[in-house]
Amino acid sequence: MRYAMAIDTKKCVGCSDCVVACQTENNVPIGYCRDWIVEVTDGTYPQLEIEIRSERCNHCDNSPCVRCCPTGASHYEPGGIVTVTHNECIGCGACINSCPYDARYSHPEGYVDKCTFCIHRVNKGQQPACVAVCPTKCMYFGDLDDPNSEVSRILKKRKYKTLIPEAGTKPHVYYLI
Amino acid sequence: MSNSRRDFIKITSLSAAALAVSGKFLYSAHASEKTQQTFTANAAADMVRTSTYCEVCFWKCAGWVYKNEDGSIKKIIGNDDDTNCNGRLCPRGTGGVGMYYDEDRLKTPLLRVTGADGKQTYKEVSWDEALDFIAKKLQEIKEKHGPECTALFTHGSGGHYWGNLLKAFGSTNIAAPSYAQCRGPREVAFMATFGESLDSPEPTDIRDTRCLVLIGSHIGENMHNGQVQEMSDAIDKGAAIITVDPRYSTAASKSKFWLPIKPSTDIALLLAWIREIINNNWYDREYVEKYTYGFEELKAYVQPFTAEWAYGITTIKPDQIKESAREMANAAPAVIIHPGRHVTWYGDDTQRLRAVAILNALLGSWGRRGGFYKPEKIEVPEYPHPPFPPVTRTWRMAMGGKYALADLALANGVCDATIPSPDLNCNIKGWIVNGTNLIMTLPDKKKTIEAINNLELLVVVDTMPMEITGYADVVLPECTYLERWDDLRVVHGRVPNIALRMPAAEPKYNSKPAYWMAKELAKKMGLQDYFAWENFEDMLDWQLKEIGSSLEEMKRIGVKNFPRTADDLYFANGEEIEFSTNTGKIELKSTAFQDEGFDPFPVYTPHMEPPAGFYYLNYGRAPMHTFSRTANNPNLTDLMDENKVWVNPKVAKEWGLKNDQLVYLENQDGVVSDFAVKVRVTERVRFDSVYIVHGFGHSDKKLSRAFGKGASDSQLITRVLVDPIMGGTGMRGNFVTFRFEKESEVKS
Amino acid sequence: MREEIITSGRLNPNIDPYLHIWHWHIPLYLFLGGLAAGILFFASLYTVLGKENKYRGAVRRAPIIVPFLLIIGLTALFFDLKHKLYFWQLYTTFRIESPMSWGAWTLMAVTPLSFVWVAIHIREFFPNWDWKFEILRWLEKFFTEQKKLLAWALLFLSTILGVYTGILFSAFNARPLWNTSILGPLFLTSGLSAGSAVIILFSQRHKERINFAKIDIMLIGIELFLIIHMFMGFLASTEVQIEAANMFLGGQYTAPFWIFVVIIGMILPAVLEFLELRKFHVPVIIPVVLVLFGSLMLRFIFAYAGQMSRWLY
Ligand SMILES: Nc1nc2c(c(=O)[nH]1)N[C@H]1C(S)=C(S)[C@@H](COP(=O)(O)OP(=O)(O)OC[C@H]3O[C@@H](n4cnc5c(=O)[nH]c(N)nc54)[C@H](O)[C@@H]3O)O[C@H]1N2
Ligand SMILES: Nc1nc2c(c(=O)[nH]1)N[C@H]1C(S)=C(S)[C@@H](COP(=O)(O)OP(=O)(O)OC[C@H]3O[C@@H](n4cnc5c(=O)[nH]c(N)nc54)[C@H](O)[C@@H]3O)O[C@H]1N2
Ligand code: SF4
Ligand code: SF4
Ligand code: SF4
Ligand code: SF4
Ligand code: SF4
Ligand SMILES: [Mo]
Repeated sequence: MRYAMAIDTKKCVGCSDCVVACQTENNVPIGYCRDWIVEVTDGTYPQLEIEIRSERCNHCDNSPCVRCCPTGASHYEPGGIVTVTHNECIGCGACINSCPYDARYSHPEGYVDKCTFCIHRVNKGQQPACVAVCPTKCMYFGDLDDPNSEVSRILKKRKYKTLIPEAGTKPHVYYLI
Repeated sequence: MSNSRRDFIKITSLSAAALAVSGKFLYSAHASEKTQQTFTANAAADMVRTSTYCEVCFWKCAGWVYKNEDGSIKKIIGNDDDTNCNGRLCPRGTGGVGMYYDEDRLKTPLLRVTGADGKQTYKEVSWDEALDFIAKKLQEIKEKHGPECTALFTHGSGGHYWGNLLKAFGSTNIAAPSYAQCRGPREVAFMATFGESLDSPEPTDIRDTRCLVLIGSHIGENMHNGQVQEMSDAIDKGAAIITVDPRYSTAASKSKFWLPIKPSTDIALLLAWIREIINNNWYDREYVEKYTYGFEELKAYVQPFTAEWAYGITTIKPDQIKESAREMANAAPAVIIHPGRHVTWYGDDTQRLRAVAILNALLGSWGRRGGFYKPEKIEVPEYPHPPFPPVTRTWRMAMGGKYALADLALANGVCDATIPSPDLNCNIKGWIVNGTNLIMTLPDKKKTIEAINNLELLVVVDTMPMEITGYADVVLPECTYLERWDDLRVVHGRVPNIALRMPAAEPKYNSKPAYWMAKELAKKMGLQDYFAWENFEDMLDWQLKEIGSSLEEMKRIGVKNFPRTADDLYFANGEEIEFSTNTGKIELKSTAFQDEGFDPFPVYTPHMEPPAGFYYLNYGRAPMHTFSRTANNPNLTDLMDENKVWVNPKVAKEWGLKNDQLVYLENQDGVVSDFAVKVRVTERVRFDSVYIVHGFGHSDKKLSRAFGKGASDSQLITRVLVDPIMGGTGMRGNFVTFRFEKESEVKS
Repeated sequence: MREEIITSGRLNPNIDPYLHIWHWHIPLYLFLGGLAAGILFFASLYTVLGKENKYRGAVRRAPIIVPFLLIIGLTALFFDLKHKLYFWQLYTTFRIESPMSWGAWTLMAVTPLSFVWVAIHIREFFPNWDWKFEILRWLEKFFTEQKKLLAWALLFLSTILGVYTGILFSAFNARPLWNTSILGPLFLTSGLSAGSAVIILFSQRHKERINFAKIDIMLIGIELFLIIHMFMGFLASTEVQIEAANMFLGGQYTAPFWIFVVIIGMILPAVLEFLELRKFHVPVIIPVVLVLFGSLMLRFIFAYAGQMSRWLY
């Protein structure tokens, strides 16, 4: 089992619904976020192009954040989901520094927090909150090892990329381009 | 009534204690329960849920409000059975929880008083006092001027109750800014063409379209949920999108064709398209012959409007005009020339929307799959009440016979009718303003304030201390949509359906639902027979039973879909149809317009261009905000807490502007924005325009998050281009330039 | 024009608009750790080499401050932790890939040994010291007999500690400025240099001072070489590393780095030490303070600048 997410930059409108939905689902305090929207505009008026990406932890296969954690609080869950066990985390900030995507933040209660791929929902057979809310249905979540999962099928059909592959982290959030 | 009587005052009597709770509250609400569990599960299944429909905008998506064990509201999730949202709310709907938690909310009724020192302030009063005051004032107006000298401005659910109260009282002056400042022109244009208006949600069959043409309609930033969802479906199915917009909108970035039009020239493009489609025989011949009126005349009329002619006006290249016309024709009839929604732009808007309607008619998309479907809705009976008294005078009489084609009251018309004029034997003396922030909503703020200063009574019903509340004699705090019952939501759409809104929590502070206020006030005025129900739930239950459901059922399911009576969403092949126009046909040539003395075909008129050093003031929506109403919402300000002024890099270079530099905007009439706004240098905006998102630049300090953030477009819209056909207020004819200091600062 | 912006207003405290999750605590901790490692390194080295008596300053005197350095350093680290009550979780596991874990465990070993080292040399400062309890007397005797072994252990551990102070940063691939293998040797050298400077201060013999002045000049030479090498490496690398290097080559850290670290913290003390060798009289405290200052600044600047260097946006 290998969970992954594919996000269609051609359909995403950058509305940030995924960001609010994550906040209300996961008690992310106001002023913090686990996911965010990047808008890249290229060209000169009127020859323009925009790529919009909803970004979050990439649940990397080769995660520096897991490696650098001195307590083992940052770890892999089954399916490759990278999570932080809050009461093992000492808040040293190493993992925050280690993530090339700046996907982690220091929760006001002290521990480090980040996207969990909504493991609590996924374990119940639901979609992550951001995926479930997205008005453009541009996010696909599922098991890469299952060739029939939504995410496997869309990745077979479409061109995609990952973010900063040169960092060697082997990200598992794919951007359809 | 002297002008000084109603100064704008800040709501200073709000209790300080409530403010002290501020900020921290949200923080702890989120933080406290997190410790136990590593995976901060808001486990949906363990939570209690109640039905609601969203009131953050007027798409009215139905959803479920989830509460945790201790009864606090955690999240709102779309109802899967709801055709407006298909289980997915938009960011504003998801962030609706912030409306409830906003600690700046209005908390208790307020009454304007003048102290011994002559200064005006508000004092907190009981509901009884507030309503007694209003009842007394209304009676006074009735005796002195007649009941018709009152008006209601409304946007949102409360409108129905206040409307009934006003009608029972004897006035039909009921205006919504969603007409003359929004969709009015398109309703009139479509009515004139197809004999039917569009309403909300628009019956655009976007999910099945093969070509979607957006003329300044920025779906994706304009977050009307169903349309955003269907546009995405259409993209999935490979539909071509054509976007006409001077700004590189999000929709433009998803489009096959983006036509970066020069602002205010759309009618020229539309005429050229019509000519291309007619002259190339790309129109739906059978459909046009069978259903339309005036084709030959139209054909003759458009002959001068070549693509080359339009190029000179719109700056869009002739081959782009032709190719995009062909794209539409190839997709026809599964093509939608989208009517847009906020269409009050340049004062010739009804004519522009007529051109849009004509294009749709030529391509045969009206009543066809992938074009416009035939909506249906279920009739929910009104709770029985005595007939409303007849009315002899209305706001229209102040208009001197103008705007006969307007089918709803004009908010600006009511304003005009409030300013004393010899044309009307009674000027409006009392306003009830429910759920609309007229100061930020109506253009030409000076005139709005002039009208307000001529009032004897201004009642504002709102949830927040928005600008309009500062002008009120009485402020009535409504509880948010998450804390109240309201009328059933009745949708006219592909499937007739209803949705239930019930309170998820007790109203906070001393706020109350609008229906309660209207009923209590009615009692005090002897109009209780118009609110004959004992309590609101029983009334809903009665209504629901009339249509074969019940409150008990609706609490369980939230949304109920009913079978359609007419089985087809589209016209049948060769179906005989009588359109509700004068000719019974789709009128390419409008007889209604002709009868009123207007051009029966759309006419292109050049509009004023920005003077040197000035730029078109373009404005629009950000997906995470609704007008000015969400600007203080903690969840949504977290995503965007200010607007920025978009400036093309060329312009930035000329003025030496850098990203995030603060500038003031000054318009052609010398009005300078109250606050400085940050610059965003971006290629997404044309070199002759600047762009700001509407709804920011709040001037009331009680809005702790929104105060002073960004600039208000409304403030800078002082040149209003009134549509002669239906009275809509064109707002895009304003120009701004940059200022680095405010006068007050220069002096000091 | 390319415009890349976060439109959902990401403003996670200490992450946005640029990372600053580590404040003064970490560079101070690294400085103190490096300094302690430097002192212990020389102390154990000369013990192992059997030159204890020639280098009394290094072996017996200077290490007196090491326990204090380590305790202050650990306290600083503790203050930096945001979930302090869970501090003990550091010692429930050893994570071989985590420099933080290495550091924690190394300090766990070094700190008590440094106490022991000070204890067995306590009479250097208090000639009439008496341990009072039999058990303590016995322990002193025991450790004094095992001193060589102890020195070997400290030699090993102090090297790890010194290298660790650099590795902690360089292990972060995510921060282009830190992502260079030169940081380990550079910080180790800087720690040794700081250590030798302190030894000069503690030393009472001219010969020993001269010797450490020579060592220090050599170490500073190595540092300068490593720094030049590091920037050449950056400039020959990817865009993000070039950008990182540019913070020091015209960017906002240019003046602080070249003035405070290189000129005031390295070149100037090296010159002064050189003059000392040439028999010019320079108050010994001056080069020592400059070296310590440079070493501290090096860590501060790298800590802050490194967090500002990034891959995206
Ligand atoms: N400059 C400019 N003006 C515009 C527009 C523009 O783009 N630019 N857009 C125009 C368009 S398209 C429209 S539709 C109109 C919309 O205009 P409005 O409907 O006036 O929109 P808002 O400014 O959001 O005002 C809504 C008010 O309702 C209050 N409110 C929110 N929820 C509740 C509730 O549950 N009960 C009550 N009683 N009050 C509530 C809010 O606090 C706020 O004061 O504005 C038009 N005016
Ligand atoms: N997130 C969000 N969504 C909303 C709302 C909201 O407040 N927030 N409000 C809702 C309401 S009530 C309405 S009415 C709709 C309004 O939504 P729309 O009908 O889509 O809005 P407009 O303001 O007409 O269109 C704005 C676009 O018109 C472009 N434009 C400006 N001048 C011209 C011109 O001369 N020609 C052309 N072709 N384009 C031009 C602007 O660049 C901008 O992209 O949005 C609805 N949806
Ligand atoms: S909710 Fe969907 S469309 Fe909106 S920003 Fe997120 S991914 Fe994009
Ligand atoms: S994105 Fe960052 S936090 Fe997530 S697994 Fe990769 S390195 Fe770790
Ligand atoms: S902050 Fe917590 S999760 Fe991150 S590395 Fe330190 S202990 Fe591990
Ligand atoms: S998967 Fe869950 S935790 Fe991750 S960004 Fe989406 S909603 Fe947030
Ligand atoms: S479109 Fe968004 S704001 Fe409007 S009703 Fe639906 S969820 Fe609410
Ligand atoms: Mo509107």
